Amino acid sequence: MIFRTINKTYFFTVFMLSVFGLNAGFAQEHGENPIHEIAEEVHEHEAEEGFKAGDYIIHHISDSHSIHFFGKESEGIPEVSIPLPVILWTNNGLAVFMSSAFHHDTEGKVVVESNGQRFVNFHDKIMYATATPDHHGSYAEVDEKHKPVGDMPIDFSITKTVFGMLLIMVIMILVFRSVAKSYTRREGQAPTGLQNAIEPLILFIRDEVAIPSIGAKRAPQFMPFLLTMFFFIWLSNMLGLVPFLGGFNVTGTIGLTIVLAGFVFILTSINANKHYWGHIFNPPGVPLGIKFILVPIELLGVFIKPSVLMIRLTANITAGHISILAFVSLILIFAQMMGTGMGYGVGVFSVAFMIFMFFLEFLVAFLQAYVFTLLAALYFGDATHEVHH
Amino acid sequence: MDALLSPSLGTMVWASIAFLVVLFIMRKFAWGPILQGLKDREQTIANALNEAEKARLDITNLKSDNEKLLQEARNERDALLREGRDLKEQIISEAKAKAKEEADKVTAAAREAIQNEKLAAMAELKSHVASLSLDIAEKVVRTHLADQENQQQLVTKLLGETDLN
Repeated sequence: MIFRTINKTYFFTVFMLSVFGLNAGFAQEHGENPIHEIAEEVHEHEAEEGFKAGDYIIHHISDSHSIHFFGKESEGIPEVSIPLPVILWTNNGLAVFMSSAFHHDTEGKVVVESNGQRFVNFHDKIMYATATPDHHGSYAEVDEKHKPVGDMPIDFSITKTVFGMLLIMVIMILVFRSVAKSYTRREGQAPTGLQNAIEPLILFIRDEVAIPSIGAKRAPQFMPFLLTMFFFIWLSNMLGLVPFLGGFNVTGTIGLTIVLAGFVFILTSINANKHYWGHIFNPPGVPLGIKFILVPIELLGVFIKPSVLMIRLTANITAGHISILAFVSLILIFAQMMGTGMGYGVGVFSVAFMIFMFFLEFLVAFLQAYVFTLLAALYFGDATHEVHH
Repeated sequence: MDALLSPSLGTMVWASIAFLVVLFIMRKFAWGPILQGLKDREQTIANALNEAEKARLDITNLKSDNEKLLQEARNERDALLREGRDLKEQIISEAKAKAKEEADKVTAAAREAIQNEKLAAMAELKSHVASLSLDIAEKVVRTHLADQENQQQLVTKLLGETDLN
């Protein structure tokens, strides 16, 4: 009954989701997924076939092995998605195949053989397949809590996030290369076209971020890094908001932000001067006893600073996606509880809120890129600051 | 939730490689030329502004120079005019003086000539009067001899005939 209701609202919602760039594969798993534990608790007493907002949202902001546009095979709606290459470092060496080999299965039911080994996709985790399926028909080796166990190949796949990242980087190289060409071709002249659009941002990073934080003397040294960082984060944030693109969540993936923050940490550390380390390991003008307390705190701060960058970016972008998805979920929850008509009624308000959220997210996309770059610049400035006693 | 919060090694490796490659490419082929271009342009604009300022100063200087030159020329003209006027007046007054002197000289000469003529005329007149007196006296004497009254008449008549000039 509820399933039918969902199917009725399905096309309405698919439209909504497509418009807002969020893929519409409704999770109808029965809480076997380890990452869905919270959702499972929330929906414990709901009907078996009920729509689970938690599952649904987590599914959409998680990384995936294909770029999913719409459709769900298990519901008889043809899936439209772009398969991505799966690259695995196994006990037997490299195994490479396309994710389409799994036929959209994420329950560990389809076994793919490659390089003489057998693999299954269990909730976008690639695992070695067991010899025989369990009672669900799954070849994935799981414990009683449905958590994957045992040996797993190291996954170097071009996932959705990695693909999005590479896409942004290719776009960046193409765009900025062409802009750079116009600088050399039209030397000393007024900017035109794309140059006009990019130049204020570059000047903004240079004059409002780098120079005030680092100082005019040392700023040029960090400019390429800061500019790359800023544009990469900003464009990645924006990619996550582009409709009809399968809902990328590039900068909301912790694996990516940890790398970005890691580079900030490395650059800060290798460029840091004596004065910077001196303040950490031997704070001047502090009694010896206090130093024993202060030095560990200062040392911890060295690691906390980039960690904060990492968490802030991931959390902000993910939160934005979650709130938009939550408004989508509202439609389905109301439709499920009070009928299709209610779903439509709530839909009007949800869409209004989604539009508002999208505008907010445009702001956040820029703001987070700016904040990340500004803080990175401040850390660099702190590390390279010359003291004048 | 752990999929969201635990970083995947694959993503990290790809992100590191891709970011480093892009950073390198962008640094070399994009940010380098762009930042240099911006710097050059700013330099060009700053130079152009400086030059404009300098040109403005030059023009101001030139203007004041022109003004000075013009003033000098005006002064010179005034001086020339004054000199000319002075010269003219001098010439006129000199000419006047000379003319006056000449005229005086001429007048004096004329006066002398008149005096001379007058003296000559007086002398001639004197001699003429003398001879005329003699003539009259002769005639009077002759008539007197005949008639007193006739003699008187004759003298009167003769005197009337005589033009003293």
